Amino acid sequence: MINLEFIINTLSLGSLYAMLALGLVIVYGILNLVNFAYGELIMVGGYVMFLLTAFSPLPWLVVGILAIGAGMLASLFTELVAFRPVREKSLTAMLVTSFAISTLLQNAALLIISPRARAVTLPEIFQTSVMIAGTSVPWRNILTIVTCVVTLTLLTLLLRHTVLGIALRAAADNFKMTRLLGVPANTVISTAFAISGIMAGIVSIFWIGRSSSVTPTIGAPPLLVAFVACVIGGMRNLTGAVVGGFVYAIIISLLGVILPPGLVEFREAFMFVIVIIILLFRPEGLIRSKTSVERVG
Amino acid sequence: MLELHDIHARYGAITALRGISITVSQGELVALLGVNGAGKSTTLGCIGGVMRPWQGSITFEGNSLVGKPPEQIARMGISLVPEGRDIFPSLTVEENLRLGAYVRSEKGEYRRNLEETFELFPVLKERIEQPGGTLSGGEQQQLAIARALMSRPRLLMLDEPSLGLSPALVDQIFELITNLHQRGVTILLVEQNVERSLEIVDRAYLMNTGLIESQGTSEQLRTHADIEGIYMGVKKQPGK
Repeated sequence: MINLEFIINTLSLGSLYAMLALGLVIVYGILNLVNFAYGELIMVGGYVMFLLTAFSPLPWLVVGILAIGAGMLASLFTELVAFRPVREKSLTAMLVTSFAISTLLQNAALLIISPRARAVTLPEIFQTSVMIAGTSVPWRNILTIVTCVVTLTLLTLLLRHTVLGIALRAAADNFKMTRLLGVPANTVISTAFAISGIMAGIVSIFWIGRSSSVTPTIGAPPLLVAFVACVIGGMRNLTGAVVGGFVYAIIISLLGVILPPGLVEFREAFMFVIVIIILLFRPEGLIRSKTSVERVG
Repeated sequence: MLELHDIHARYGAITALRGISITVSQGELVALLGVNGAGKSTTLGCIGGVMRPWQGSITFEGNSLVGKPPEQIARMGISLVPEGRDIFPSLTVEENLRLGAYVRSEKGEYRRNLEETFELFPVLKERIEQPGGTLSGGEQQQLAIARALMSRPRLLMLDEPSLGLSPALVDQIFELITNLHQRGVTILLVEQNVERSLEIVDRAYLMNTGLIESQGTSEQLRTHADIEGIYMGVKKQPGK
């Protein structure tokens, strides 16, 4: 029931979903593009971890950092070769391109590695627990929460206190005007994709930390979670993504407790009913973007 | 300093400019006047790199601007304050100004510019931590101009700065433009408010349906037969 274990589990899930949603919304805020290849960045991170843990002697910390780096590079690379050439054309062209990249990366993994799941050897800390107030809490969950807090803090600092971060927020408000002030469009977009890829890389560690294996289609569920979390929270701002991630985790965890055992496996269906109800009352999501209404004067 | 030669531009099938030639010299305050749809904003858009003319040349201090992206044109020292101000509503006043100085990389310069800006726009200092979207229309217009000035532009382009402001604020904005002009800023001003503009500019171009109808100093234009027609938005028929 609702005890310390439940709370920490939910917070950990919420942390994961919040980071997941942030990576999707940071690109959406600037390009209005839902990047359907976002899930595949998580897959890339997963395979990098699989390859490095299986075939290299690198310590786990280095593997984790390289997985995050791989997510970032994959994200920057897709932006450069796929999105940039069609950016000026239309939003639809970019959307279709994102589906194409998603399929391409999945099939590349099928061909080069294997359609079967590959086990990722996780470090000790992912399997052990610690006793807190008489409850056994997995280290993995604590680690997820700490990582989320650190990541959000760093991202907030970047967005509030660096010129590049301010430019990113400005571009989400009004991209044309940001360029008119001399901020190069490519700089803004590359930064957004880099942050998105870093988020995907971090998520890949903890997502695979839960299943201990990676498959070519591993990106689909997190993409769906990220998308729904953004819709709940509001697509237009980063706070919304974080709130949406936590709300998603709270609802899904509560459903797991409340629903009778026979219905628990259908909790996603119940989840979507609740999402529809939320959207009926708050079509823009829970967190509305800052108003641009001006006073008369 | 700035030279446009035979600029043609269109939005899809609609022709907006049909051969515009204008010049602006160092230190001048020049206005593009005319009714809605005359092509004034399109002209500024072509200079600023937001729009691409399909014929004609634009040079600034000897360098061609046609085909360059807006960020590069901004770096060359041209600053555009678009119609509707386009301040960033979710950024604070200070963040708006900080981005205005984006093309300026020198560290101490930003502080100095900020101090000067606050001297010119004291209301912005009071609002420094407020999001831009919470400012009044007049304050937003001041912020938009202040932001443009943060880059120390060699050419400042203002698109309808008096639009939607109360008469008292219109006075304030025109006073500000005069003030900037006296400080030596080169300004290209787009306005529908013909009479007010002619009071402060060195020279002006009268535009109508994508063409320059006439040009000259304020005195020359005031006596021009067509000024009333342009002002009222109807073209007088010759001989009537």
